[in-house]
Amino acid sequence: MGHAHGLSVEEQRKADISVGVKGFIILLFVTFGEVAIALVGNGHLINGFELPKVIMVPVMIALSIYKAYYIVSIFMHLGHEVKGMAMSIVLPMFLLVWAIIAFLWEGDNWRNNRNYVNKKAKSEKVEKADDALSMKAAEDLSNTVTLH
Amino acid sequence: MAHDTAIEIETTENQDLWNGGQGPFKASYGKLMMWYFLLSDAFTFAGFLIAYGALRFSMNAWPVPDFVFSTTPFGGEGLPLIFVTFMTFVLIVSSVTALRAVQEGHMENQNGVIKWMVATLIGGGIFLGCQAWEWNNLMNVEGVSIYNNPFSSSLEDGKYLTLDEAVALNPSLQRKTMDVSVHGHDGAHTTEKLPYLYDAKKDVKYFEKFTHHFFHRHSADDATTSVKTGTAFKSGDSYLVTYNEGEYFPAAYSTVNENNKVELKAEAMGPRSFGTLFFFITGFHGFHVLSGLIMLLIITINTWSGFYKPRKNGHEMVEKVGLYWHFVDLVWVFVFLAFYLI
Repeated sequence: MGHAHGLSVEEQRKADISVGVKGFIILLFVTFGEVAIALVGNGHLINGFELPKVIMVPVMIALSIYKAYYIVSIFMHLGHEVKGMAMSIVLPMFLLVWAIIAFLWEGDNWRNNRNYVNKKAKSEKVEKADDALSMKAAEDLSNTVTLH
Repeated sequence: MAHDTAIEIETTENQDLWNGGQGPFKASYGKLMMWYFLLSDAFTFAGFLIAYGALRFSMNAWPVPDFVFSTTPFGGEGLPLIFVTFMTFVLIVSSVTALRAVQEGHMENQNGVIKWMVATLIGGGIFLGCQAWEWNNLMNVEGVSIYNNPFSSSLEDGKYLTLDEAVALNPSLQRKTMDVSVHGHDGAHTTEKLPYLYDAKKDVKYFEKFTHHFFHRHSADDATTSVKTGTAFKSGDSYLVTYNEGEYFPAAYSTVNENNKVELKAEAMGPRSFGTLFFFITGFHGFHVLSGLIMLLIITINTWSGFYKPRKNGHEMVEKVGLYWHFVDLVWVFVFLAFYLI
C-alpha cells in the first residue's frame, strides 16, 4: 500500500479506497453469516429448525479465523511484509491450538469428576440413612464439591 | 554462464540485507516492537478466553448466549444477538476508517489523516458507549454481578407454580410478604406487598414467576406476578431469576424427582463464574479500546500540528497506532465468538 511505482495520487487513493471498501464488505458479510448461523442454529429464525452444535461451532470458528486472517494480512498489512517477519508472528499462535484442546478437555474432566463424586455421595447418603454420622459426612462432601 | 549469473544475483541481494542501513525484516524498530507487543497481548487474551472455555466446559449448566443477550437500548426485547452485532459492525467500520487514515498517511496527506482518525475516534467512542449500556443492563437491570449470576438453564423438566400450589406440596412453609418499591406505568412510585413462601429450616424463599417489569411498569399487565405461573419448561430451557435493587426473587416450580415423587423447588442461581468472566474479559477488551482511543487522539493532535511531517516516513506513527486499533478489532472477533456465538 506504499507508493507503487507509476500510480498517480488519485489512482493510488482510488486503489486504497477499493481495498477499504472490499475489506469492509467481506468482514461485514462474514459477521452476518456467523450471526445467521447462530440464530438459525438455535431455532430463532426458522420455526422448529435447529442445527446440531457439532456443525455450528466448527463453521463459526472457521469464519472467525478467516476474519482474523483478513484483518492481519490485509488491514494490518502483514501479508505485504517480509515473510520471515510474518512467520515470527503467526507461527507462535499455533501453540494456542494445543492450549485450547488441552484446557477444554481439562474442563470436561472436572465436570465428569464432580458429577461422579456427587452421585457417589448421594447414593451413599441413601444407603446409610440410619447412620447419622456418615450421612452428615456424605452431605458435607456433596456440598463442598457442588459449584453454584 | 546462466548458472553464474543466478548465483551472483543471490549474493548481491543477501549483501543488501547485511550491509547495514536496513532494519531487521526491513521494518522500523517501532513497527516491529508494536507487532511483538501485539503478539504478547494476543497470548494474554488467549489465556483469559481459554480460562473461560475451561470453566464453561466444567459446568453442567451454562447461560445460553442468545437468551442472555437479547435486549437492546430503547426497550428492545426478544432480539437475540442484535445489539452485539451492531457493536461488531461499529468496530469493523472504525477499523476501515483507521485503514484509510494509514493510507492517507502514506501519501503524506495531513488533512486526510486527521479526517479519517476523527472518524475512527467516533466509532470507538460509540462502541464504548454501547458496551457501557450492555454492562449497566446486565448489572443493574438483570442482576449479574461478580458473585451472583441469575441466568441459567434448567437441569430438569418442571412447571412454575402459584403460591397456593407450592404450599400444597410443602405445608410447612410460612406465608410472608415483603415490601417492594414499584414505579407504576403512570410514573407514580408506590410500595407494594409482594407475597412469598419461606422455608425457615433451609432459609429459602419461594416466589411466583414474574419478570423485572413488575418493578418498572409499562402497562397495567406488568402489575401481575402470575405472568408465568403454570408454564412448563424442559431440561435445557434458559431462565432468568428476577432481580431488583439487590434482591433476587427465585420462582417456585414443581418437578418429578428420581423416586417419581413431585417435589417443590426454587429456581437455582446460575454458575457463579459467569459474571466475573464476562465483566473481566469484556472489561479488559474495553480497556484496550479506551487506551486505543487515547493513543489515537494523541497521534491525531500530533498529526494536526505537523509533528510527523519532518520525519518523511509516510506518517509511520499513524500506521503503528493503526496496528493497535486493528488488534483491538481482532480481539473483539474472538471475544464475540466465545461469549456470544458459541
